[in-house]
Amino acid sequence: MADVGYSKKVLEHFMNPKNVGTIENADGYGKVGNPVCGDLMEMYIKVENDIITDIKFKTFGCGSAIATSSMVTELAKGKHVDEAMKITRNDVADELDGLPPKKMHCSNLAADALQAAIKDYKKKKREE
Amino acid sequence: MEKTYLDHASAMPVDPRVLRFAERYLKDIFGNPSSLHSAGLETKKAIEDARKKVTELINAENETCIIFTSGATESNNLAIKGTALRNMGKGKKVAASAIEHISVLNPMKELQKSGFELTLIPVDSTGLVELEKLKEIVTKDTTVTSIMYANNEIGTIQPIKKISEIVHERGLHLHVDATAAAGRIPIDVQNDGIDLLTLSSNDIYGPQGAGALYVKPGIKIQAILPGGGQERGLRSGTENVFAIAGMGEAARIAKDEMDQESKRLTGIRDRLIDEILKIEKSHLTGHRTQRLPHHASFRFSGIEGESILLNMDMRHHIQIATGSACTSRTLEPSHVLLATGLKHEEAHGSLVMTLGRSNDTEQIPTVAKAVKQTVERLRELSPL
Repeated sequence: MADVGYSKKVLEHFMNPKNVGTIENADGYGKVGNPVCGDLMEMYIKVENDIITDIKFKTFGCGSAIATSSMVTELAKGKHVDEAMKITRNDVADELDGLPPKKMHCSNLAADALQAAIKDYKKKKREE
Repeated sequence: MEKTYLDHASAMPVDPRVLRFAERYLKDIFGNPSSLHSAGLETKKAIEDARKKVTELINAENETCIIFTSGATESNNLAIKGTALRNMGKGKKVAASAIEHISVLNPMKELQKSGFELTLIPVDSTGLVELEKLKEIVTKDTTVTSIMYANNEIGTIQPIKKISEIVHERGLHLHVDATAAAGRIPIDVQNDGIDLLTLSSNDIYGPQGAGALYVKPGIKIQAILPGGGQERGLRSGTENVFAIAGMGEAARIAKDEMDQESKRLTGIRDRLIDEILKIEKSHLTGHRTQRLPHHASFRFSGIEGESILLNMDMRHHIQIATGSACTSRTLEPSHVLLATGLKHEEAHGSLVMTLGRSNDTEQIPTVAKAVKQTVERLRELSPL
């Protein structure tokens, strides 16, 4: 895709993001990015029998940062944690009908945030 | 829903009067101004008429001081490279304020690569050039010092006359990029003590594709685009007659209407600033009073500028600009905001609104409400 702007899907998710918020006593929590760079994502998951039953996010960042956060929550919800762990940055971008090239790296951290949350969940589970 | 355009610093509509005046040069009158026959003389006259109108807008000494170019970027390149290269015998130092437009900074950096010494002059938190630093930086070897009349991102107007005195006491030539200021505030190159001044057609409601460089009589510069020798040999290439004629007419209208229009825009601007600063954790960027009449710029903590731009456009049909990293090619936040001392995370959340003839006071409550809703919505999404 030429660098002419966002796909319709990106804009839809930016305007009406799914699963915004936080989860109290979340089973897993992940945080990636840095406000200095202009993107910061927080991901909260609720897990029952290794299935992600609820997921919420909070994101500081540009249009694609918000849209990818929303999309990754949609992709992960209802999935087994091992399946959700396999969701890649490219999967998220593909589901959004692509991202402008320069956004692929900097604002496509949502899959990383999800993976961080799942790792946190697994770590907690081991400690129990 | 009706759109509200608040990004006049990026692009402006062509004034219908300008279009009516200049369209003949796209339709019936098409001779090459360098041709000696009657068709050529007609377009030659169009260019000379435009030159006179631009001369009057900035009170230049005479028409031969005005060189037409393709726009502000070319004028800045010609001013900086043309002066530095032509005057190499007198020194190899150049200087620019840290908040110059990229079309000033990049030619300066190119000179630096080929052996010139470049020093950036810092600004204070309101964007005003630090005059004491200017005094230290400019020396007798400094052949070009470039300081913009007013900044496009934060609206701050520089004390050009004072700057000119300092530069001329110590160094050689002062170049002033007046792209954002021309047509909004009075510019008098003789009284201000300016050696080279950049103007852009589209920034005064003229067509895109024309600009001008004022060169004070006696200043020696060299061409950066050699060829057929048009524009006193300083800018070769067949002239863009339509855009140049349009720029001339736009300059004439700007001169006639500036007083009244600037007063009107200042009123709208001040109301806009008052309303938007009521939003929690909002800050003005730039100077509160030494400010372009049509310019209002802000930053909001905890949110990011590209999101502000998208939300304002899609939900509220209002077009604004931002200095956020996400909208730049380099993915760095605005060098202007950073130069005023803001941290990266603060510079990301910036909003720039530039007013024009299509705006009026009645739009203010709607715009202010849209900004408030946008900021609140994005803060709800933000973990900060």
